[in-house]
This record gives sequence, structure tokens and C-alpha cells, in this order.
Amino acid sequence: MSSIIEFRDVTKVFSGRRSTVTAVDHVSFSVEEGEIFAVIGYSGAGKSTLVRLINGLERVTSGELIVDGQDVVTMSESQMERKRRDVGMIFQQFNLFRSRTVAGNVAFPLKVAGWPRAEREARVAELLDFVGLLDRAHSYPDQLSGGQKQRVGIARALAARPKILLADESTSALDPETTQDVLRLLKQVNREIGVTVVVITHELEIVRAIADRVAILENGKVAEMGTVFETFTNPRSDVGRKFVSTVIHDQPRGDDLARIRSTHPGRIVTATIRDGSRLGAVLAGAGAKDVSFEIVYGGIGTLQSRSFGSLTLELSGPAAAVDEVVADLRGVTEIEEVA
Amino acid sequence: MNEGFEWSEHGSKLIEATGQTLYMVSATLVIGGVLGLAVGTGLYITRHGGLVQNKWVFAIVNLVVNIFRPIPFLILLFAVAPMTVALVGTRLGSTAMIVPMSVAATFGVSRIVEQNLVAIDRGVIEAARATGASRWRIITTLLVPEALGPLILGYTFVCIAVVDMSALAGTLDGGGLGAFALDYGYKRWNFGVVWVTVIVIIVLVQLAQALGNRLSRKAMHHH
Repeated sequence: MSSIIEFRDVTKVFSGRRSTVTAVDHVSFSVEEGEIFAVIGYSGAGKSTLVRLINGLERVTSGELIVDGQDVVTMSESQMERKRRDVGMIFQQFNLFRSRTVAGNVAFPLKVAGWPRAEREARVAELLDFVGLLDRAHSYPDQLSGGQKQRVGIARALAARPKILLADESTSALDPETTQDVLRLLKQVNREIGVTVVVITHELEIVRAIADRVAILENGKVAEMGTVFETFTNPRSDVGRKFVSTVIHDQPRGDDLARIRSTHPGRIVTATIRDGSRLGAVLAGAGAKDVSFEIVYGGIGTLQSRSFGSLTLELSGPAAAVDEVVADLRGVTEIEEVA
Repeated sequence: MNEGFEWSEHGSKLIEATGQTLYMVSATLVIGGVLGLAVGTGLYITRHGGLVQNKWVFAIVNLVVNIFRPIPFLILLFAVAPMTVALVGTRLGSTAMIVPMSVAATFGVSRIVEQNLVAIDRGVIEAARATGASRWRIITTLLVPEALGPLILGYTFVCIAVVDMSALAGTLDGGGLGAFALDYGYKRWNFGVVWVTVIVIIVLVQLAQALGNRLSRKAMHHH
């Protein structure tokens, strides 16, 4: 794989009359061709600005930004306009043209790119079929549901066969079920058409659902970056840990912990579960040592096709024997004592 | 002499006057409408954050609009008389009145256009830019359609103001319904003629409003 987008020490400063704001602060990373790359951050972290640098809706203040082999920093506005045809974009509020029909919205980028009428019409039909809205071709955006609007947005963004699709909080205005539909569609766009997708979001659930790699942005800087699996299982930055704790309850805390404590007087430990964690084998032998166990908290799921989760156990029995079982558990996985 | 409205006496003159009014109003709407659209779009695209933001152009155009718009129409009519003569060759008659009326309408329309364009969601403009559309394409093919519904209502509003102007212009040798009501009604103390004129104007205005409402609804595509 090779990089299709490369940020090299990129900074974006907004200069106002009185103050200047550094929205993107010396950022370096690259997006590989064909992957789904997520940029996550709280609002104000600079992620919307960051993604707009890629298609030149905002211009870089300093640094280099290579998009599909060309440095966009030095491009003139008209060169940038040409470049934008190769980069589709979808938006939180869909931003459809209300004065144009569904077909008219999808045809717009094709008119911009100078496609002849017959090819335009064929392409529009093909795309509407792909997003499942062929029967709504002559409807106006105001007649569609939110999920349908975003499908039109996706069809419009893909119309001129871009290599890159930028998705700016593209599911934040949708209900959970519709969100899943749109995420599935984005995945399909990536896997079937081979479009590189850059997803901007404030929800780690979105990252977990579709991304291959993720960058966590805080105050305009990349706090950490890695595969989604690495980041979820081993966040290294404070902001990373904060995000992960919103979706993964690896240890009981607060009220949950107090409730568990009140009914479980034994020693409580949390075991990390990964592919190949042989927790059951150890626990099967615990009875012989006069130690009983109870599963009190946790869960196991999959992330990027790998097992991933944690279980919190109450171990009861003679203290020395419990120590022995905990030592055995440490032999097969990571164990954390729960206070 | 106040014998009321007599069709045999006033009918043909009323029809002629109505025709002159329609002529002045429609010519003004076309000329003032087009010029106002251009000036209003200019204000919108040069304003802060606009597509071709330019604070000097905006400041100058904005100032010109602000200076001309509050001038009472009667005074404006006198003030542009030299221009009227230069363009039309005379300052009298319906055609001559189209000049001051168009000037007044241009400035009125420009504000209405600017206000309705400002109301376009910026995200929509951004989405168009993201497709690679040039600013010129956005200005010429996207702005007006996106704001069309409210723009039609704005034009309807201006249309009614123009009917009002035409009546005043008529009394100063412009012809039309204003002149008809003045010459055959008011000057001869014939209120039958005045009231018939009022009814004709009410009908014209109602028709314009109904047409405007209908077209704007059609343009908005809300089901």
C-alpha cells in the first residue's frame, strides 16, 4: 500500500482582527490508499478544519500536504477546483441542493466535470441504483428522510469517480439504525469501489464500526494514531483513554463497583480477553485448589475480526489459594486488581 | 360635473391607462429586477465570508445602495431627470417614467436579493465547492435556484411598490392609472372615476400577489 494523503508538518492558522487560532498544529500523518481512516476528536479539536485542508476548502498555512501525488499547498484556486473533482465529500447536514431533484444533485459534479449528457444520465442511474434510490430520482431533497438524504449525498460525492471520499460527521444527524445503514454503505464504497475513505467523527463507535486506522486529534495536534485494534486495546494518550472508556467498560467503576462489592465479598480481578486467552483452562483448575469463582462484570466482542474484551471475576477461598489462582491467571493474560 | 364613471366616456381611457400602467410596471420589474439581481448578488458575494469577499467593493456598493434607497421616489424622479432625458430623449410620458422607476426598483430589489441569498445555507455552497464547481458556476447556476421561492415573494413585494410608484409617476405626465384618476377623477371632483381606478389597481395587485404566491410555492418543492 502507498500513501494517498500525506500531511507533513501541516499547520492551519485562522487570523482574526484581534486573535489568531491555530486549528491544526504541526500535524504529520498519512492515509494509505484503499483504507478507511478515521479522525476522531471532541468538538473544537480541529478535525473539521483538518479534513477541509485535503480538498482545499481551507488552505494550509504552512507545511506540505500531498493528495494523490500533488502538493495542494501551492495550488492556485483554479488548480484546486480541478483537484476537488477527485475528492468527494459528504456532510453532517447532507447539504443537498434543495432546488434540484435527487438526480439533479447527483448530476451536478458531472456537469462540473464536463461529462456529456448521455454519459451523465447513465452514471446518475448507476449511482442511484448503488445507493438504492433509483425510484426517488425525481424527488426533491425535502421529500426524503435523513438516511435517504445522506445516500444521495454519498451518490453525489462519488459521481465523478473520486479516489478519496471525505465524510465529515456524516452520521451525526441520523438515528442509530440509519447510522448503521450509512456506515454499511461507506464500507461497501470502500471495499467494492476501492475508494479511500476519511471519516471525521466524535464517536468512537463509528471508528470501531468501520475504520482500519484512527488518529485522535486534540487541540489541533495528533495525540495518538494507530490501528483501531491497537488504539482500543491499548490507548496511550489521556484523550485516547477517555474516548475508549466511553465505549468499553473494561472495569466496573463508581456505582457499578459499589453494587458488585456489596454482594461479592471475595477478591475481585479483571482479566483481559484476547484471541488465545486460555482463561477457562485456569478457572477449571481453580476448584481443585478450593477456590470458587463468579463472573460479575464484562463482555467479549470482536474488533477488526479479533476477540476483544474483559471479564471481572470474584474469587473466593483461602487467601493463599486465591493468590495461586491469580498467579496462574497472570500466566495466560493481563490481570488487574479491582479496588 | 361629478356625474360618476360613464363607460362610454371613460372606458377607452381607463383601458388605455391600465395598459400604460402595466407597461411601466412590467418594464420596471424587468429592468430593475435584472439590475437589482446583479447588484444584490454583488453585495452577497463580496460581503465578509462571501465567495469573492472584497471589503472595498462591498463597502462602496453598500454605501451607494444605502444612499439611494431612502430617497423619496418623487425626489428621485426629479434627481435622475437629466439621465432620463439622456436615455429616452424626453422626461415626459410612460417610457420616460420607466427610468426613475427602474432606478428606485434596482436599489429596492438589490436588498431583497441580498437578504434572500444570505439565507442560503452555507453548507450548500460548501458542498458545491467541494465538487470542484468554480465560483462563477456557483454564482450563475446555484444561488438563484436555491433562493428562488423567497426571491419570488420578494419580487412580488417590489411589484406592488412599483405599482405605487407608477401612480405617482403618472401624475407627473407619466400617464397610466395615476394620471387617469387625477385628470378625470380628482380634478373634476368625480369620485366614481377615482373608485373605479382604485378597484382596477386592487385587482392588479391581487393578481400579482396570487401569481407570486403560487410561483414561489412551486419553486420551494415542499411536497
